[in-house]
Amino acid sequence: MRTVFNIIGPVMVGPSSSHTAGAVRIGLAARAIIGGQPSRAVITLYGSFATTYGGHGTDLALIAGLLGMSPDDERIPDARRLAAQSGLDVKFEVAEASPDIHPNTAKLELVGPFGATTSVVGSSIGGGSILITKIDHFEVDFSGESHAIVVAYRDQPGIIAKITSLLATEDVNIAAMRVSREAKHAKALAIIEVDQPVSDEARALISRIVGVDTAISLPPVSLA
Amino acid sequence: MAITTLAELVEEASSRGVSIGAIVREREAEQSGRPEDDLDADMRERLGVMRSAVDRGLAGVRSRSGLTGGDGPRMASARMNGETICGEPFDSALAYALAVAEVNASMGRIVAAPTAGSCGVLPGVLLSVGERLCVDDLALVEALFAAGGVGAVIERSSTLSGAAAGCQAECGSAAAMASAAAVQLAGGSPEACASAVAIAFKGLLGLVCDPVAGLVEVPCIKRNATSVAVALAAADMALAGIRSVIPADEVIEAMGSIGRALPPSLRETALGGLAVTPTGKKVASGISVLGHGNCGLDV
Repeated sequence: MRTVFNIIGPVMVGPSSSHTAGAVRIGLAARAIIGGQPSRAVITLYGSFATTYGGHGTDLALIAGLLGMSPDDERIPDARRLAAQSGLDVKFEVAEASPDIHPNTAKLELVGPFGATTSVVGSSIGGGSILITKIDHFEVDFSGESHAIVVAYRDQPGIIAKITSLLATEDVNIAAMRVSREAKHAKALAIIEVDQPVSDEARALISRIVGVDTAISLPPVSLA
Repeated sequence: MAITTLAELVEEASSRGVSIGAIVREREAEQSGRPEDDLDADMRERLGVMRSAVDRGLAGVRSRSGLTGGDGPRMASARMNGETICGEPFDSALAYALAVAEVNASMGRIVAAPTAGSCGVLPGVLLSVGERLCVDDLALVEALFAAGGVGAVIERSSTLSGAAAGCQAECGSAAAMASAAAVQLAGGSPEACASAVAIAFKGLLGLVCDPVAGLVEVPCIKRNATSVAVALAAADMALAGIRSVIPADEVIEAMGSIGRALPPSLRETALGGLAVTPTGKKVASGISVLGHGNCGLDV
């Protein structure tokens, strides 16, 4: 059973759980993936996001998420001004409709706090729930509802085994995992959803495994 | 144990001589491992958000599209001036529901109950009936748990999503939840609560979701208020001892099957119903120009 607080709740800024609250969560997930507040964001809106963002405040909601606000933050309507104040430069683009793309989708191309660039595609799939479907060139599939660790590495035998055994020694249970790669022996990405938060020490150990480029720990993008 | 059917909730509440809300709170404590006092505190906070939204809406708000706003205060002032037919608590319920739904449309803070689009119904019914009966906040909190339990049953055996089953799943569910809460507040039996759920739902079965311009404004805001009317009517019938021939659990399942039979054009796509009336289309084209003009594509 879902908690009764998701029926009488969540507390959120309106008007739409999918177009507003879900959009905040996409922004929050993207912020977590880039590892802090971006300095620049080019956001492309697709489908219903593209046609109704104005009345639903989807643009403000995405910016608010990038600024680290939660879906019930009353500063969301003021997000554009707050972004300008805190040095986040945002540009919106509206894409042509495509049958291949979920109607409530946004692509966020971000420049991170230390100049790194990342692109994140997320969809709002109803009731404020989201799905992150792409990080850079990698097809991914995670909801942000549990703790997760995102590991970028060079494809080679044994890396996944090393990561999972490290998690096992930390007593972290894996709930779901998806691995994808650009090509054999090329860049690869693992999204590991876990039942317990991954400690900073464990994350650091994973990032020091030979062949691993980065390991990012993502907190859940709360639904409460 | 998890909540399954309304019949099962009614049976346990009746046999133990407690309210449906008390059973739902107990189950939530069991499932989440949190003490009941904590749960009460969380629910009290939601009650506070509902009250703030009523106050803010009655003070007057405008939606971001500019299409709606000000009807909550309009209703409240008609009530104050004695210009209405029905009186209390009905007029307050309408004013509160409009106010909260307008706050939602203006990007204000609300409790999605069960959804953002139907967020006015529960506060409309609960707060107006609470004032009328002079109950304390603990009773309101327990009524919110009852409403939540009804919503949990609906979500389990049907759906709460307008995109899946039309407005009957959103405002219809909210009215069913609110009427059970009202009956509980008025001291009705658990069985009467279930009857209220069935009667309220039956009044709203088949209600489509056809938002003009795809926004949560027209007809959503006024549908929150008319759903309040159905909820209060169902609560009074149930308190009078009127029972639904079709049990609440079967009505809830019927809502799901009706929803699946609705064409996609009437399930939150803005491709049918009021959304494609001449005025609906005109408003939509005006909004998209306005929306882009107002927001701008660049910061």
